[in-house]
Amino acid sequence: MTTIAELPPGFADKVLSAQSTFRSVMDAMARPGSVQRIVPMAGAPGMMMRGTAAIALTLFDHDTPLWLDARMSESSDVTKWLKFHTGAPVVQDSSIASFALISDGGALPSLERFALGTGEYPDRSTTVIIQVDSLSSGRGFELRGPGIDGVATLQASIKPFDLFERLRMNEALFPRGIDVVLVADDAVVAIPRTTRVVSKGS
Amino acid sequence: MNAPAYNFAYLDEQTKRMIRRAILKAIAIPGYQVPFASREMPMPYGWGTGGVQVTAAILGPQDVLKVIDQGSDDTTNAISIRKFFAKTAGVATTTATDEATVIQTRHRIPETALRANQVLVYQVPIPEPLRFLEPRETETRRMHALAEYGLMHVKLYEDIARFGHIATAYAYPVKVNARYVMDPSPTPKFDNPKMDNCPALQLFGAGREKRIYAIPPYTQVVSLDFEDHPFEPYRFNAPCALCGAENSYLDEIVTDDKGGRMFVCSDTDYCEGRQAAGHHGSLSAAPYKEKAQEASNG
Repeated sequence: MTTIAELPPGFADKVLSAQSTFRSVMDAMARPGSVQRIVPMAGAPGMMMRGTAAIALTLFDHDTPLWLDARMSESSDVTKWLKFHTGAPVVQDSSIASFALISDGGALPSLERFALGTGEYPDRSTTVIIQVDSLSSGRGFELRGPGIDGVATLQASIKPFDLFERLRMNEALFPRGIDVVLVADDAVVAIPRTTRVVSKGS
Repeated sequence: MNAPAYNFAYLDEQTKRMIRRAILKAIAIPGYQVPFASREMPMPYGWGTGGVQVTAAILGPQDVLKVIDQGSDDTTNAISIRKFFAKTAGVATTTATDEATVIQTRHRIPETALRANQVLVYQVPIPEPLRFLEPRETETRRMHALAEYGLMHVKLYEDIARFGHIATAYAYPVKVNARYVMDPSPTPKFDNPKMDNCPALQLFGAGREKRIYAIPPYTQVVSLDFEDHPFEPYRFNAPCALCGAENSYLDEIVTDDKGGRMFVCSDTDYCEGRQAAGHHGSLSAAPYKEKAQEASNG
């Protein structure tokens, strides 16, 4: 049983840390496939990576329903920390979530179960934040789309292995779709719904 | 002096989070207008409240801010916004396009090519390109959802039928990433080609209309046109009277009541940079400065 006093801390400087973290995430979203670093550090509970924790402190609040995967939602450290620092309501229904936190990519539910937005309001969709093993080594991927000058390459070790195959649904759904943020420790890569990914093998 | 009564960059953190989430969705869906809970700002609507909120949400202490109003760094609007952020965020400001990391603009894109580490923030009065064709928001939303843009082509065609050419000179509609038709804010259509495949991130904020939209870097932006009436940027057929530039966007300045006028670069930083590099136009400011100096000396 963790008391509030024992919870890992939030940002030391809420304002400037959130700004710096946001700029890293914004740059990641604007330049898909590029690896951005999150500099300011906060305490991270349980299996939550420090990059994920920083993003949570930067973007989550009472307006953002949150869906947690089984491993996250079973950890009272994680749910208490999120509740105390962000106040974001944790929901069971993934189709109304603004953000989803995935610590175990292998158990990522079908992406159709998240909010995909509507034709009129495609922004009302879930941003899925997935913690991965590495964003610097592993399989190679070729990315194309807005934000990318020609082709971007990404070396990453990601679960689920077929994540980018699953994200192909974004092509048919556009402008509806799922935006993904990959986190490995302090590294962040964003794959917005406009990005097309081709696997280059190992 | 920093006013301690305000948060860094004026806005409170909850507002910044809300705007930041809107910006991320705007980048993910290029050209789509994301609704956001625009706040009242300490300046009237029409003075750039949307751009100011976007700038406030992205600005950090390490940023260097440039603000332009119709290309000019030294108009009231540009100066007051620059001072606003110098005071509330303590950021460095500049008038040089090269040195800036965040550029807030009203109705121009700088002549100097933008770089990948820069963000261009536009002030937008009316974000909906279809608004004057269809006043109902529910209808324009559906038209965007269905990519039903025939009406916009009819509007451009009516220009051709009436004037013989597309007479739209500013706020010229563009299609972003081959999907959304977007209002580039009332920039002259001369600037439209600069939006295409631009290395810098472009963010648009409309305060009164409560919309944020974006063009990610290296994104295709096409000005709408017809095969037999291709898009053509417009420019006065004259060199800049101060720096002699032949390829910059020009302002027309009336100099007397007898039809006298001069054409000068709208982008003051670009014009000053060229003059400092030794370029001169027919009415270069240098002789006047020298004359003024001689007068004061003698």
